[in-house]
Amino acid sequence: MNRKVFASFALIAIFAVALAACGGGGGATPGGGESQTAVETVEVIKTVVVTVEVPAPAGTPQVKIQVAQAPGFGDTLKAVQARGNLICGVNGQLPGFSFLNPEGQFSGFDADFCRVLAAAIFGDPSKVEFRPTTTQERFTVLQTGEIDVLVRNTTWSLTRDTELGLNFVATTFYDGQGIMVPRDSGIATLKDLEGGTICVQKGTTTELNLADVMATEGVSYTPAVFDDINATYGAYGEGRCDAVTSDKSQLSSVAKGLLPNPDDHVIMDITLSKEPLGPVVRHGDDQWFDIVKWSAFATFAAEEYGVSAANVDDARSTSTNPEVKRLLGLESDMGLKLGLTNDWAYNIIKLVGNYAEIYDRNLGPDTPTFIPRGLNSGYMDNGLIYSPPVR
Amino acid sequence: MSYLPLPCSNPAFRMEKSPAIRSQKIVPLWRDERILRILGQVVFLVLVTAFLVYLVRNMLVNLNRLGLGLGFDFLPLTSGFDIGEHLIPYGRSDTFLRALFVGFLNTVLVSGLGILVATLLGLIFGIARLSGNFLIQSLARIYIEFLRNIPLLVLLFFLYTSVFIQLPRVKEAITLPGPVLITNRGIAIPWGIPTETFSEYQYILGFGLISAIALERGLTLYSRRTGRAPLGWLWGLVLFVLVAIFGWLILPLKPLTLDEPVVQGLRLAGGRQFSPEFMALLSGLAVYTSAFIADVVRAGIQAVGRGQVEAARSVGLNGMQTLRLIVLPQALRVIVPPLTSQYLNLTKNSSLAVAIGYPDLFHVSGTILNQSGRTVEVIVITMAIYLSISLFTSTFMNWYNRRVRLVER
Repeated sequence: MNRKVFASFALIAIFAVALAACGGGGGATPGGGESQTAVETVEVIKTVVVTVEVPAPAGTPQVKIQVAQAPGFGDTLKAVQARGNLICGVNGQLPGFSFLNPEGQFSGFDADFCRVLAAAIFGDPSKVEFRPTTTQERFTVLQTGEIDVLVRNTTWSLTRDTELGLNFVATTFYDGQGIMVPRDSGIATLKDLEGGTICVQKGTTTELNLADVMATEGVSYTPAVFDDINATYGAYGEGRCDAVTSDKSQLSSVAKGLLPNPDDHVIMDITLSKEPLGPVVRHGDDQWFDIVKWSAFATFAAEEYGVSAANVDDARSTSTNPEVKRLLGLESDMGLKLGLTNDWAYNIIKLVGNYAEIYDRNLGPDTPTFIPRGLNSGYMDNGLIYSPPVR
Repeated sequence: MSYLPLPCSNPAFRMEKSPAIRSQKIVPLWRDERILRILGQVVFLVLVTAFLVYLVRNMLVNLNRLGLGLGFDFLPLTSGFDIGEHLIPYGRSDTFLRALFVGFLNTVLVSGLGILVATLLGLIFGIARLSGNFLIQSLARIYIEFLRNIPLLVLLFFLYTSVFIQLPRVKEAITLPGPVLITNRGIAIPWGIPTETFSEYQYILGFGLISAIALERGLTLYSRRTGRAPLGWLWGLVLFVLVAIFGWLILPLKPLTLDEPVVQGLRLAGGRQFSPEFMALLSGLAVYTSAFIADVVRAGIQAVGRGQVEAARSVGLNGMQTLRLIVLPQALRVIVPPLTSQYLNLTKNSSLAVAIGYPDLFHVSGTILNQSGRTVEVIVITMAIYLSISLFTSTFMNWYNRRVRLVER
């Protein structure tokens, strides 16, 4: 009897969710004609006037921005400032991008972009709480507001940009998917992998690209899908798979970090896909979207104008270039427009560095996780790193 | 005037008393115990429903705020990913729904086999635990105590990373007679490949099965009538095997051809291959659960009175017969209910497959969740499927429980 009652409760619960799900689905389709639809439509169209008062540093004129904005505008920044730190979702297992260094600090390319944001908001790059996430939970924790921003080598794709309720901000690292095989295996082309097993990490675009490319090439294979980086490369290292596939940056950094004999493995000369990686924010707060976007652009622009952590103070006092002056908050009120202080970009450059410095610190030739800059050079060096004008 | 009426004979007195009795019977609604009891249940139900409605509403509002709707319309979309092990044909261009079904079948396969092996091992170790032989008894005790006291997840990781992945590489494959190939890419056994006549052969097997069951039933009836015990199941099995062999011989083409596994370059080819993930999960689930089943079996056997065994011995039954005819039928009554929950545990524990990369239902639904972005829907579907599997298992076991209970006299 007891069991029956319990089972019926469980069923009721499931049905309740299922019914609600159907209701929600119906309401989302345009022209549903029900009252719920009407309410939703009103909410979407409704705009409110948000008065954002920004405490400006001494010496700058007080400005009041008054613009018509959707609800949710400015909520994230307010929440972050009230909390006193930024919660940044990172990978946490990927050497060179975000991992715990021997000093117990998160370090890496992605981790530094979290610090860039903290420097822009608080003028203090240490005000970041790093939250390691798995591939599987990363979008959910961002959607539910558990983290403020996701900087976790996440590939920008149309589905993710729309379906997940998230916005990809900018591309901070242009990557491509590669395949790594043991050097002595003699595998050189995709055809050599016919009938083989390939280790891949679960819930990634890598998994999808692999399926696409192998289907196109007509190569049959068996995927061995693992939940995290350590399991994936652990299994590959033990010879469970003929090859392992991931973003080339990950392959080269992990090969050096996690495999026992890194020199026994080679990345094949094939690029399976485009993998633009960058920070991700929730839908619904365009101010926050702008802040994250322009913080990244500020590092690009600083490299372009030759402003680095070392010379930013000189540049502030001597530069005559109006672009640099606007960037560093000497002219106009770029920071205030973002809802930050005018020295936001100065803080970023001074406290974390420009794009080249961040790259070299984590992925440069002197690091164990060296990746040639390639596409990630500034556009003036025939790369793709390009900032829209700061004006 | 000296007449004093007795209370009982005084109609007026009776008239006075009866309203009091009635008022005692008609308790006001708010103090009526029967009504209060029903009311209590209604209030509880309303509260629970309200809480659930609140949770669902809260979720919907928050999803709406993010511009996300709920809906199951993603299920017929192309999944776009491959799954390593599938019992039905599956590729990247199949739908999410089919991917879920592939995962479901993998879960059913590993749980079904796991239940089978766990029951066998559990029975053996449960009985061994009660053995008079000190060595056998101690070994069984160590087996049970060891396995019962380590977490399953740790056991699975151990089996996967320290046993199955550490088997020799394909080049140095261990070849057992059969041939069975043992490598860290998986274990391959010879397997039959159906030919054109396989469907006809299935009919022959079906006929053999039906006639074997009929023979067994007939012999059992005969033994009840005459008191002689002609081992019905053995003759049934013999008949089935005879029909199977006969069918194999009369068909013009062999219904199955033997496919032997071979090492082909760096890979295994042919035969039926079991991946290291599958083997680790199956063996982990089976030995872990068998330790609990062994205890259940021991408790069941010990619940049968000592007198029963002594009586069986005194009428001349040997040890095996005592166990089979006297002890086990009575022990089953005690064993079956806790055994059901062990089966359910095993099925639910199979979701730990996600840790070692076996594509079971939970593993596949995790991928679907990530690729489609429909967290709530996928989790709800997964819960519903596990719930259905469990309810089905417990319905079956309850049916079996009622059947063995009839043995009681």
